[in-house]
Amino acid sequence: MAALSFDDVAVGDVVPERAFPLHRVDLIRYAGASGDFNIIHWNERFATSVGLPDVVAHGMLTMATAGRVVTDWCGDPGAVVEYGVRFTAPVPVPDDDAGATLVVGGVVKSRDEKARTVTVELTAATAAGTKVLGRALAVVRL
Amino acid sequence: MAVNPAIAGRVYPPGPVYEVGREKIAEFARAIGSEDPAHTDPEAARALGYPDMVAPPTFAVIVAQRAEAALIEDPDAGIDYDRLVHGEENFVHHRPIVAGDRLIATLHVDTARLVGGHGMVTSRAEIADAGGAPVSTVRSTVVIRGGE
Repeated sequence: MAALSFDDVAVGDVVPERAFPLHRVDLIRYAGASGDFNIIHWNERFATSVGLPDVVAHGMLTMATAGRVVTDWCGDPGAVVEYGVRFTAPVPVPDDDAGATLVVGGVVKSRDEKARTVTVELTAATAAGTKVLGRALAVVRL
Repeated sequence: MAVNPAIAGRVYPPGPVYEVGREKIAEFARAIGSEDPAHTDPEAARALGYPDMVAPPTFAVIVAQRAEAALIEDPDAGIDYDRLVHGEENFVHHRPIVAGDRLIATLHVDTARLVGGHGMVTSRAEIADAGGAPVSTVRSTVVIRGGE
């Protein structure tokens, strides 16, 4: 995969929107890989007892999934020099065949000629349209 | 009290070295669904100019969360893990993390305050390599829900 070059990118360019299914097994796999075993990410009994609608995805899994849109777009996962998000709503993941869906897209907000970086603003929402990330910005050096 | 505001400014000394393994990068990449070959094939990573397999942008959270455990488990901080909600996360990469890195994280408590009965803590894990050169700065803001 050829990495994107700085001169190929203009402000306003759209990073194609993608839909990512999330099932319980994805949460279990992320818990194991990351070491984050917070109970709300795997135990429905506990999650609902603290007022959540269901088991919820790790915010960091949502953030990482959204980040794939950027790294796949630019073709170089090491090119992301800064990446920050606010978690605005939890992503409930029901224990059924459908699971949850994250819809992620982005747009190039700015370019820095000197640093040869571009800033991508990401949007991430559930299938029902609930915005789950806010101020999601990735700075990519091309 | 959801958090002790007096912990602001506190610095927790580095824990043990985190050695970045190829298999761990590949495992983490699989867990986030990434199929980028630079996470699984050293040759693909070298073709992009890296010395070895390169980690996904949020991989540093593993190292940062280990460092954050020192804060969460500090009895003086008074944080109830079961009431903790992740508010914000930010990574600044001074260079990409690659397989073979030996990382050391120092945790700084930048802010700790009470807002309407809830606690709000922003911590900053400064991650450096074995030579002391900065690798990543990971900022995390958590909200600790106050008692009902």
